[in-house]
Amino acid sequence: MKVELKVNGKAVSADVPPNTLLVQFIREHLRLTGTHVGCDTAQCGACTVIADGRAIKACNTLVAQMQGADITTIEGVAAADGTLHPVQAAFKECHGLQCGYCTPGMVMSTIDLLKHHPGATEGEIRALLEGNLCRCTGYQNIVAAVQTAQKAMAA
Amino acid sequence: MGANEFAKLPHIGESLKRKEDLRFLTGVGNYTDDIVQAHQKYAVFVRSPHAHAIVKKVDTAAASAMPGVARVFTGADIDGKMGGLPCGWLISNPDGTPMKEPPHPILAIKKVRYVGDHVAMVVADTLEQAKNAAEAVQVDYEELAPVIDMRTAAKGPALHDEAPDNHCYKWTLGDKAAVDAAFASAAHVTKLDLTNNRLIPNAMEPRAVNASYNRGTDESVLYVANQNPHVERLLMTAFVLQWPEHKVRVVAPDVGGGFGSKIFLYAEDVAATWAAKQLGCAIKWTAERSESFVSDAHGRDHITHAEMAMDKDGKFLALRVHTHANLGAYLSTFASSVPTILYGTLLAGQYGTPQIYVEVDGWFTSTAPVDAYRGAGRPEAAYLIERMATRCAWELGLSQDEIRKRNFVTQFPYQTPVALQYDTGDFHACMNEAQKLADVAGYEARRKASEARGLKRGIGYSSYIEACGLAPSNIAGALGARAGLFEAGEVRVNPTGSVTVFTGSHSHGQGHETTFAQLVAARLGIDPGQVDIVHGDTGRIPFGMGTYGSRSLSVGGTAIMKALDKIEEKAKKIAAHLMEASDADIEFSGGEFKVKGTDKKIPFAQVALTAYVPHNYPLDKLEPGLDETAFYDPTNFTYPAGTYICEVEVDPATGVVRVDRFTTVDDFGVIINPMIVEGQVHGGVVQGLGQALMEHGVYDPDSGQLLTGSYTDYTMPRAADFPMFKLGHVCTPCTHNPIGSKGCGEAGAIGSPPAVINAVLDALAPLGVKELDMPATPHRVWQAIQSAKA
Repeated sequence: MKVELKVNGKAVSADVPPNTLLVQFIREHLRLTGTHVGCDTAQCGACTVIADGRAIKACNTLVAQMQGADITTIEGVAAADGTLHPVQAAFKECHGLQCGYCTPGMVMSTIDLLKHHPGATEGEIRALLEGNLCRCTGYQNIVAAVQTAQKAMAA
Repeated sequence: MGANEFAKLPHIGESLKRKEDLRFLTGVGNYTDDIVQAHQKYAVFVRSPHAHAIVKKVDTAAASAMPGVARVFTGADIDGKMGGLPCGWLISNPDGTPMKEPPHPILAIKKVRYVGDHVAMVVADTLEQAKNAAEAVQVDYEELAPVIDMRTAAKGPALHDEAPDNHCYKWTLGDKAAVDAAFASAAHVTKLDLTNNRLIPNAMEPRAVNASYNRGTDESVLYVANQNPHVERLLMTAFVLQWPEHKVRVVAPDVGGGFGSKIFLYAEDVAATWAAKQLGCAIKWTAERSESFVSDAHGRDHITHAEMAMDKDGKFLALRVHTHANLGAYLSTFASSVPTILYGTLLAGQYGTPQIYVEVDGWFTSTAPVDAYRGAGRPEAAYLIERMATRCAWELGLSQDEIRKRNFVTQFPYQTPVALQYDTGDFHACMNEAQKLADVAGYEARRKASEARGLKRGIGYSSYIEACGLAPSNIAGALGARAGLFEAGEVRVNPTGSVTVFTGSHSHGQGHETTFAQLVAARLGIDPGQVDIVHGDTGRIPFGMGTYGSRSLSVGGTAIMKALDKIEEKAKKIAAHLMEASDADIEFSGGEFKVKGTDKKIPFAQVALTAYVPHNYPLDKLEPGLDETAFYDPTNFTYPAGTYICEVEVDPATGVVRVDRFTTVDDFGVIINPMIVEGQVHGGVVQGLGQALMEHGVYDPDSGQLLTGSYTDYTMPRAADFPMFKLGHVCTPCTHNPIGSKGCGEAGAIGSPPAVINAVLDALAPLGVKELDMPATPHRVWQAIQSAKA
């Protein structure tokens, strides 16, 4: 089937089997490998992307469901000149990543979190990160990064 | 250069932001599954659905005929054509006979021995074709009873002909007669039974391989999510495939976490590399998470009985330990050493217990192989000793800190009765600092406040020690190691003065690209931005033993320091020539070579350029170029140690345990990048808290099915589970490496579980609860409360 959608501001179209997952489309057809697969079952959040303004898990979404959608992946987050998004900058500043594998999903979830809950408390931030697993950081510096980005984006 | 001098250099102790972050934050990291090769095919493994069965027939005819299928490989294809996966550590029984080492074929031959065991490998043009064909492989199994509980394994059906009673080895350490004598005269004996729960490592990047073969050069390249590519290559070529080692290049690119589980040589790695040569193509395999759960090597899984003999003042006189260790269905790469060499030798803990005797029985069971997982043996030792110390205190009416203080080792070097010699430490300083940071003084008020809310508050201590930087090769060899344990480092000064470092250590989250750059920049007096670190490629790095046991800085970093010594020595000769001085008069500091007692000086970059443009150069005495390699073999382990204090609140109505405060004080020796070190502690502590409260790998005792095979059943800690921690440090520099570093990667996972369980038991003491095993889930805690009431 033919799918047409926008990824990182660019119109893309492809003829794909109807059972193609969004994450397969992103990684294998578009060769945007920043979006990762950590569990295949929508439990770890490594595959999180933003679709029409909301964070979704690309491993349990068919690309067919995304007909006409506007998708942002981790590759589309920084400015065109390479300037990091405040969330990316905060993760670096706070050492909110170690092996980097969950990081793209964490960054996408955080962008969504701060957009919809700009005044989230530490407890709310922790609860809102429920969909993303990290095995390296113990979440300590991820939460600190979200709080740092929160301040930067409010300023 | 000594550790004290090194610690004063610029950039040492600086929380430099990480060089590796940019690629990870912008989605341009390069993990194995991101790699696509020309004419790449996909592998899918047919895995055993049974815990123990005879493989009567594998019918691949239908699968082979399916679209896109290149080949279906089974045990028959490899039987007699290659070796099995090797075990890297020989453990001997007390009578000197070797452990049982049954074959560990890369595809099952005649039998399967755990759910997930590899039966066949399908290679097809697309992943979907390979998956469909894998479902069409018909395997005729004759089911046998599984062996799940190691306590009754001896009576179960034999998994391997070589081990009719499923017993792999008995291992002992210590003076049994002296221990028995000490017990006979003890004023008090404390006994403890405990289980160290089975864990499933769960690095977020699943294991992955991408293997290719070039007929023109007879060279194979294996990209693999692995912690030690040279070891992977050595084991694979020398032991399994018997291929020339130099014809195989192993690359471990960006690796998404390891925690030990990516140390090992796995069947999939070998099968893909071998099949790529048979088919003359590239073959990719990436584990699905459900495959990771059943086929990654698991961790821990001990059942232990221990007894401590004390005098009337709570001085430890002797410790006696028996442990059953689950090794799983086959011996994984370092499986045999974890519950022995890395466990029994740590049983002195921070205490001057004069006599210790430990016996370990290692068992084969119909479960996934068990091997090193963050801490590997030391968490099991620390959990035993620290649970024991607290129980001893309570039985004698002492406080948790008091019994520890009465028994701390205070004189160094200290020879333990279990082979290790601690070079340095300050256990009282760690305890005092932890008590201060944890506001122990305010605990009683917090306890009352909890009580007023109907909650039970408890405090738990853990004063752990571990051994890192494994180890002098000759001693390890005498203890059964089948590999060296040194590290290699090459420092290549480029003509323009920038530096490329090739290290045998591997970074899969630890930030070596930053820490090692700080080390080199500090030594050479240049900017860390001028230093690049290359790791994870047998084609670029001289050699390497890789990263495990928190060894990267203390062993790998020291190899780089030794290479820098050679660089400095040669550079001084070049500088002496340029400044027409004698070699002995040259001093090097702050990136400048100076002639002693004069104002003559030249910068490092000028010497670097001269080495490669040797026009004015002592060519008669000195080779051009500035590129040096060093191998470093440590003279002892390093001994990180610390005290952790945990405070929990337990809701007696529901059994829910909430960690309210967690304080760590660690002595890692000299720290290069505190930000990175603290990140390691955070992650380690949460893995330890996960073990203590949430995580448990469980097999059904009747069917042998893994009951915790997904993130629904295996409870990984999430962001909302734990609060922010308080971290502190004490520094006694390691005495036998020039950095003074001890290692920090595993401490959190080693020190934290007993602190948590001691805190929960403290909270539940008023309710009469005395026994509780990990994980202290609400269900278990609630049950313990009800049992105590009954």
